[in-house]
Amino acid sequence: MNNSNKKLRDVVIKFAGDSGDGIQLTGNQFAENTALFGNDIATFPDFPAEIRAPIGTVPGVSGFQLHFGDQHIFTPGDEYDVLVALNAAALKTNLKLLKPNGIIIANINGFDNKNLRLANIPEDQNPLENDSLNSFQLHKIDVTKLTKLAVAEFNLGNKESERCKNMFVLGLVYWLYHRSMDNTIAFIESRFKKEALIAQANIKALKAGYHFGETTESFTYQYEIAKAQTSSGIYRSINGNQAMSLGFLAASINSDLPLFLGTYPITPASDILHELSKHKGFDVYTFQAEDEIAGVCAAIGASYGGSIGITSSSGPGIALKMEAIGLATMLELPLVICNVQRGGPSTGLPTKTEQADLMQALYGRNGECPLVVIAPATHSDCYEMAYNAVKIALEYTVPVMILSDGFIANGAEPWRIHEIESLPPINSNFIPKNRATESEHSPYLRNANLSRNIAVPGTPRMEHRIGGLEKENISGNISYDPINHELMVKLRSEKVEKVTEIIPLQSFQNGNKNSKLLIIGWGSTFGSISAAVNELILEGYDIAQIHIKYLNPLPSNLGELVKHFDKLMVAELNNGQFIKIIRDRFLKNAIGINKIQGQPFMVKEIKEAIIKYYLLNA
Amino acid sequence: MHNTNEIEIFTAKDLETNQEVRWCPGCGDYAILNSVKKVLPELGQPKHEFVFISGIGCSSRFPYYMNTYGMHSIHGRATAVATGLKITRPELSVWVITGDGDALSIGGNHLIHTLRRNPDLNILLFNNQIYGLTKGQFSPTSELGKVTKSSPMGTVESPFNPLALCLGANATFIARTLDKDAKHQQEIYKRAYHHKGASLVEIYQNCNVFNDEAFDVFTDKESKFINGIYLEHQKPLIFNNGTKGIRLNGLIPEVFDINESSVNECMVHDENDKTKAYILTQFFDDPSMPRPFGILYCNPNKPTLENGFNDQLKHYEIEDKKLAFNRLLKTKTSWEVK
Repeated sequence: MNNSNKKLRDVVIKFAGDSGDGIQLTGNQFAENTALFGNDIATFPDFPAEIRAPIGTVPGVSGFQLHFGDQHIFTPGDEYDVLVALNAAALKTNLKLLKPNGIIIANINGFDNKNLRLANIPEDQNPLENDSLNSFQLHKIDVTKLTKLAVAEFNLGNKESERCKNMFVLGLVYWLYHRSMDNTIAFIESRFKKEALIAQANIKALKAGYHFGETTESFTYQYEIAKAQTSSGIYRSINGNQAMSLGFLAASINSDLPLFLGTYPITPASDILHELSKHKGFDVYTFQAEDEIAGVCAAIGASYGGSIGITSSSGPGIALKMEAIGLATMLELPLVICNVQRGGPSTGLPTKTEQADLMQALYGRNGECPLVVIAPATHSDCYEMAYNAVKIALEYTVPVMILSDGFIANGAEPWRIHEIESLPPINSNFIPKNRATESEHSPYLRNANLSRNIAVPGTPRMEHRIGGLEKENISGNISYDPINHELMVKLRSEKVEKVTEIIPLQSFQNGNKNSKLLIIGWGSTFGSISAAVNELILEGYDIAQIHIKYLNPLPSNLGELVKHFDKLMVAELNNGQFIKIIRDRFLKNAIGINKIQGQPFMVKEIKEAIIKYYLLNA
Repeated sequence: MHNTNEIEIFTAKDLETNQEVRWCPGCGDYAILNSVKKVLPELGQPKHEFVFISGIGCSSRFPYYMNTYGMHSIHGRATAVATGLKITRPELSVWVITGDGDALSIGGNHLIHTLRRNPDLNILLFNNQIYGLTKGQFSPTSELGKVTKSSPMGTVESPFNPLALCLGANATFIARTLDKDAKHQQEIYKRAYHHKGASLVEIYQNCNVFNDEAFDVFTDKESKFINGIYLEHQKPLIFNNGTKGIRLNGLIPEVFDINESSVNECMVHDENDKTKAYILTQFFDDPSMPRPFGILYCNPNKPTLENGFNDQLKHYEIEDKKLAFNRLLKTKTSWEVK
């Protein structure tokens, strides 16, 4: 063995191949194993909208990016240190983000004439054969052939044998970063429990990849990345949709109310349905409705009956639900709407990320119809934000919309488990049956939260009617009285504002009120903005950072913090939406940092925008 | 103190609310409201366990006039709201009040899926073949050529055959009744209540402002039994005061003169026979056939949606949820940092 060890602080790897190559599985295995080892990690799966786009083509490329290191990792990384390209299209799509002198592991078989043609590369310009990759460390390996040889003893078909090639690659990368194969071997054994041959073949391919790294002399170094310093506790890897589902489940258990998810499958929100459907034993109903509208309406029906009504979707589906969300606002029933945003408008970019539904969330209904709108900042933050959404909905009898997005929904990070006992209590406004009164029930009589006390059907002597027509205050009877309508509009709005009483005060993520420039972000951009600001502060820039998770109502002290700044920037993945709220609320002439490419911010993009503005103005 | 085991007796009078009924004078909706009020106290379920959920339209004001639990929801979606409620609260008696526009136009999708899923709801479809609340446009049940405000030269589209549509959606209970026949209505509502599954009752309801006399041929004393046929389980299909019968020529129904033949030739109604029910629904499109009233089809054996859901919940029920949840948080691959 002639290779030596090199220590690194952090590494970004991109696995890329055809969408049938098992790239997502490979990436997830590496991520899980790396988290298990003790590095901090952030992941970013990036896959086509088509289930099976034409094999070998550029639209068919599936990617999995991961960034791990010995310190806090904020983002999946701007550029890759290592690019694993299983075919020509994967190389073509991803090469532009490979760092100078970065490592390329290319599968020779994926660069044959057929694959070059599919990737629209002329046959005489095979990048593995000409000098175009000279500025990188190119490792040409015939992964397909080596895999087939490794698994030959199992006499699998040609296709089955070739399918093990992702494990060969994974084994090789494990070797490159000194990772143990044990966890993945256990995974393969459990996944192919009923197909022993397939399991053995995959394990063999994994080991063959590892040993290939060991015996071949083509790699100069192996790399070591020390464990990250993290606080003690039990950790797991979690993505946003998992965290969201678990947060809902925790809220159901702590409030002792059944959970009802009324929903319709849509990318990238469907995994919430899949996850919650596994947990019926916790008193969870998952209703896959005939359409988006029926999903939210059934959730409203369940809330009306005293359950926690939740609906989940993405932008186009949310558009369909809006009339019903207005009904829930009028009925003043608890309802949680989870919007996992994607690129829009219309069908837009189903598998890509965007923050462009903020205005839809805040204003997208007929009439004066305020909602509580909140946005988790990270993958694991979805757990507590989902929990808080239910808490607010139940305690203020109001619809709450959570703005997640494709990036935090599918990306994953290590998470220190918060057991259910660590979460705050939830006090619903459903009237217990044993507290039913003899006197006539006034369904729109309000408590200190301005919310109503809800007598659910089946409660003796409290029969009453509610509906979408304007309600008379207190009695809840239909009222067309002009003064009453104005009063009710104001009351519904005031009730939403009241939620500021239980949301945390805003603080500076970085810097303070005397900093020269304030940068504001919200939701899933937390990682990129934080990484950019941290780096800039180290480089000597005087910057403050605020990251907002409660968008309506805004934290009550936000104005107090913002007023100190003449120079403000708002970074968001849309054409400038939250910036309008900042201008409207605080009369500040903020400058936008915007990206609308279906991809998260790169750290350097934010840094460049800040530096440019800073040098001119601060 | 109230004894919870004892059902509090209530009367039709107790079902009145403090809301003034605002339907047009002479509207068929009044008769339906009164019949439902008459039936409820006879069902043996306490008043606070009844829920009426409606969509939008004249008929959908119904819940405001019924002193039970009630929700006036949004256009076309009452079946969806009711489904969510019934799944989570199976012990409640949930009724859906809807109209021809609400159920068959804007809410058509929800209606067919609700029937296919079979939650134990009682769906009362007030069919007046017109849009009343929006003041007189044609509806999906208006006859071809109907002149209305939105079709001054007559419509160019054919109507739904509502019960055939519902049967096609695999409904387990379909029936037809009339606003002007209180006794018939009440019998049907009771049967709908006792049917375990989604019951769809089409009610011919007169809109005396925008579509007056639409159903007179079925309600006038002189023509009622000539144009209508009243179905009874296991009884021969006879109408026109016992003078005419319906027999099957293969699968083709035909009217015949009983006096010239024998009552034994009559097709015998079997409400559990789906093929016969299908034949009955097709009378709608044949002007030579009388219109069937009563229960066309009833299948008591299909499982209900709420039982399906709640059986699963019970089967997988977790005793100590907090403990199980904390275990769930720790996946097979969680790790400890000390």
